Amino acid sequence: MKVVVDMNKCQDHGQCVFAAPDVFRFDGDGHLVHIPDADDTRREEVEEAADVCPLQAIRIGD
Amino acid sequence: MNAPAEAVAPVVVAGASMAGLRTAEQLRAAGWRGPVVLVGDEPHMPYNRPPLSKEALVGDASFGELTFLPRASVADVRWRLGTRVVAADLDRRTVTLDDGEMLSYGGLVAATGMRSRRLPCPGPRRGRHTVRTVADARGLREALARPGGRVVVIGAGFIGCEVAATALALGAAEVTAVDPLPLPMVGPLGELLAKALLDRHERRGVRFALGAQVTGFQGDEQVTGVVLADGTVIAADVVVESVGSVANTEWLDGNGLDLTDGVLTDEHLRVGGRPDVVAVGDIARFPNARYDEVARRVEHWSIPTDTAKHAARVLAAHLSGSEGAREFAPFAPLPTFWSDQHDFRLQSFGAPGLGQGDVRVLDGDPDGDFLAGFHRGGRLVGVVSLGGRATSAAAARHRAELLAQPALGAGSSGGTK
Repeated sequence: MKVVVDMNKCQDHGQCVFAAPDVFRFDGDGHLVHIPDADDTRREEVEEAADVCPLQAIRIGD
Repeated sequence: MNAPAEAVAPVVVAGASMAGLRTAEQLRAAGWRGPVVLVGDEPHMPYNRPPLSKEALVGDASFGELTFLPRASVADVRWRLGTRVVAADLDRRTVTLDDGEMLSYGGLVAATGMRSRRLPCPGPRRGRHTVRTVADARGLREALARPGGRVVVIGAGFIGCEVAATALALGAAEVTAVDPLPLPMVGPLGELLAKALLDRHERRGVRFALGAQVTGFQGDEQVTGVVLADGTVIAADVVVESVGSVANTEWLDGNGLDLTDGVLTDEHLRVGGRPDVVAVGDIARFPNARYDEVARRVEHWSIPTDTAKHAARVLAAHLSGSEGAREFAPFAPLPTFWSDQHDFRLQSFGAPGLGQGDVRVLDGDPDGDFLAGFHRGGRLVGVVSLGGRATSAAAARHRAELLAQPALGAGSSGGTK
């Protein structure tokens, strides 16, 4: 499953980190990093992360 | 199993905003394969509202960017945009649209949200704005694009303070926020944070008229001033009324429901004791088993998604003929909101409004960035951080503490009363 984050939109709210901590995390500087090729077993969490992103910056591919 | 779509009465979702869209998506996720109809009075597909008081007022980016990207699972739902539900008969399971059409439903979702309250004061209408819809924001953006203007924001809540900050950034000569309360945002946040916020806004150039009541507007056709109860007149080229909202529940009148403040629901978001009617989003007045048995409306951005998920599961279970709500724990979301003002962010987890009698500084210093904890009966019920853009480690830790607490409301499995 492809996970795409529009980093021009991302404002580091961190809601995705709470929803899917295995796919999204903050680096040492407080900026979001994510796994672009997430395991399909994480789909529900990633969908949740996309839903709760205040900037709606997360898209799920196949 | 659901019968073929043609033979099944649809789920009608009244209201095509975030809560309506999320409910449709969650109905699909919960296994509902039957037809879904979304009816919304605005001509647009559902869109994200928080930017309307901030970045969407700046520059000339397309409002189309705010549109939610619906999940593929709802590609087959029917959209009736630019159409309003005007009546419902819950016994006969029908709703009536403003074009006269009547729809029969198998399940009904009340997602009609709120509309801006207007000040009932006399005076001209032109130059007075609200911020709730794309149409509102388009008008306000045009007004704020003329630099050097005098802007008066009536209502120093979250939206009012966001607009005040945005207006300054856009080059307004004067921005004044007026509120009957003694501090901005003091209702939801309490004194400690409200004082810190007042200080931050004043240092960045926002003026305040607090403890002040607006009694009228000056001007012939175009507003030129805001009149306060003590006779003071604040000169204004642009007025923004951010004085709260009114629930769009009139269409449910006549069904014996409690509509005193939104739509009263049970602990599963069902309405009027009916398994086939649920309410979601801003208009749902629901008990949150995380805290107690008192039903409250919650106008936070997280609530449309949270209510949609729970209500859709309960409704889909009922429609598929299973035990319905009995298989679910009571609804117990952890509300979340944020507010971006100037160069700082407020971020809230839980229900700070329930713990204003016992506010403690959990991290940092009220003169700078800090994290406040709100307690009720000694128990942490909400945390609010004031500071930079990213969630602090301390905020994340206390959020986890809030999530780990057992529920207190009736019927909750972890309940100790």
